[in-house]
Amino acid sequence: MLSGVKETRGDKVFLICNYIYVFLAFLIVFYPLVYIVSASISDPKYVGSGEMWLWPKGITFDGYKRVFQTTSIWTGYGNTIVYTVVGTAINLVVTLPAAYALSRRDFVGRTFFTGMFMVTMFFGGGLVPTYLLIKKLGMINTMWAIVIPSAASIWNIIVSRTFFQSSIPSELQEAAQIDGCTNMRLFIKIILPLSMPIIAVMALFYGVGHWNGYFSALIYLNDADKYPLQLVLRQILVLQEMSAQGGGAMSAATAEAMNNKAEIAALVRYAVIIVATIPIIVIYPFFQRYFVQGVMIGSVKG
Amino acid sequence: MEDAKAAVIGSPRLTLGKNRKGIWKKVIRNWELYIFIAPAFFYFLIFSYGPMYGIQIAFKNFIPTKGVTGSPWVGFDHFQRFFDSYYFWDLIWNTLSISLYELAVGFPIPIILALAFNEVRNGFFKKLAQTVTYAPHFISVVVMAGMIITFLSPSTGMIVHLIEGLGFNAPAFLTDPRWFKTMYVFSGVWQSAGWGTIIYLAALSGVDPGLHEAAIIDGASRFQRIRHINIPTIVPTMTILLILNMGSLLGVGFEKILLLQNPLNMESSDVISTFVYRSGLVDAQYSFSTAIGLFNSVINAALLIVVNQIVRRTSENSLW
Repeated sequence: MLSGVKETRGDKVFLICNYIYVFLAFLIVFYPLVYIVSASISDPKYVGSGEMWLWPKGITFDGYKRVFQTTSIWTGYGNTIVYTVVGTAINLVVTLPAAYALSRRDFVGRTFFTGMFMVTMFFGGGLVPTYLLIKKLGMINTMWAIVIPSAASIWNIIVSRTFFQSSIPSELQEAAQIDGCTNMRLFIKIILPLSMPIIAVMALFYGVGHWNGYFSALIYLNDADKYPLQLVLRQILVLQEMSAQGGGAMSAATAEAMNNKAEIAALVRYAVIIVATIPIIVIYPFFQRYFVQGVMIGSVKG
Repeated sequence: MEDAKAAVIGSPRLTLGKNRKGIWKKVIRNWELYIFIAPAFFYFLIFSYGPMYGIQIAFKNFIPTKGVTGSPWVGFDHFQRFFDSYYFWDLIWNTLSISLYELAVGFPIPIILALAFNEVRNGFFKKLAQTVTYAPHFISVVVMAGMIITFLSPSTGMIVHLIEGLGFNAPAFLTDPRWFKTMYVFSGVWQSAGWGTIIYLAALSGVDPGLHEAAIIDGASRFQRIRHINIPTIVPTMTILLILNMGSLLGVGFEKILLLQNPLNMESSDVISTFVYRSGLVDAQYSFSTAIGLFNSVINAALLIVVNQIVRRTSENSLW
């Protein structure tokens, strides 16, 4: 209400600089994203030479065609969906009840459990002992090696606990107990329906983690047909093992064919980035509120 | 008088006894809560504390057929070998310099960005800028590495074109060891600076508008109000994040480094955690690798505790 009353010249200059700064930050993040989309449907000739710099040039969908023809990408996609769904379900089953128990003031031993869980935030066994354990449990080269060792994150348990503490009135629990309601019924029938926001936040946090994870698959999986999408992407994007798969090739040969191959590989790389990221980019704007909420709940009290 | 004293002395014991009974009553009444916590309890016990038990192989010569417990003890041999190795100081230097570089660049940028977002009054522009700058947070580390490699690849990469368009000669980012750290740090800023603002914006939303109104009446400029109202508000958040960052100085984001590493940039890209991965899982030197990992996590935990102590002495914003 006081704004506009005393906008001095200095303030105006400052405000303009601020807008320019935010706009630059926006541009720096936005431009590479737009570039990838444009490059994925442009003629690789123009992309490679730098003639394509904003809008698509010489539109072609060959990159996507190649991606759709590559079976390893689809196997990876399927595996990732399975790992994400199963993994997230396990995460929720482990995280939510534990967080609820820890949120209850009348839960004897909650300091012990909180302390025991918190220690793992700052100290751990390390890579090799964990690997040996997973091996001993016979989980190597199975889906369980991907989903079980990441069954819960202490950070997410704390965020959920904070939510239960601050959003569920303790009178509700007391009243239910006076009416003879057991804790199990209370949790399933009353607490969970009231906790949809935190369930969404947790499902999203864990789900994105599974979707984007590659490292546990790299160390625990041997068979290529079990690889999740990110590991397949690693081969294509980072190790660049995708020369001209299924392209016949090796015929007339010469430098031009080689060049062509490299160009197609580059085109495929852009297309594959889009295909792999699209599920998250599509859901992100709708759920941004929840993601932000999750971070904010966590920041209230670490 | 005597009676009163006895009552005072006696009373704690009385309530203690009552409490103990009360505790058991609570435990029994809430037995289901222990079922609720059981999955998480066993998960942490097996998958976090289990590997901690396995740390003992750092002091042993691990022989797979004899298992963790049965392998012979060798004391500090593996540590000694690591400290004496020619790559020891290189690994420490690379790990520390990447971490500190990342901290110096990556820590202030989200703060400045959050303060700037907070001054934007145009709702649509603010929302757009926030949505877009948050988005890269969700790009996977593999795709991120792929983007870096593609954008920086010599003669065809977007950033290379950009630099050449400005009339400079683009360096060989991917293979020149001198560029590895910069590439790593700035791609990290690109990916996470926006997301990092959320926590500060949450703190800034708690500023009492009355403070700003009073400051405006007193003739404070926008900059002065940011300097004297907004920044002090977010100092506690900054302190906590700084402590947490110090606790992971030797734990740089190793997944991305592993993906960006190649034989040509190895001299500046090899950090403790990638070395642990290579020696442990690729070369199967289990005990040696565990020893290095232990060395790493002990230093991390020690740094966290020391920094937290220092902060606790000087302010009220410590972690515990």
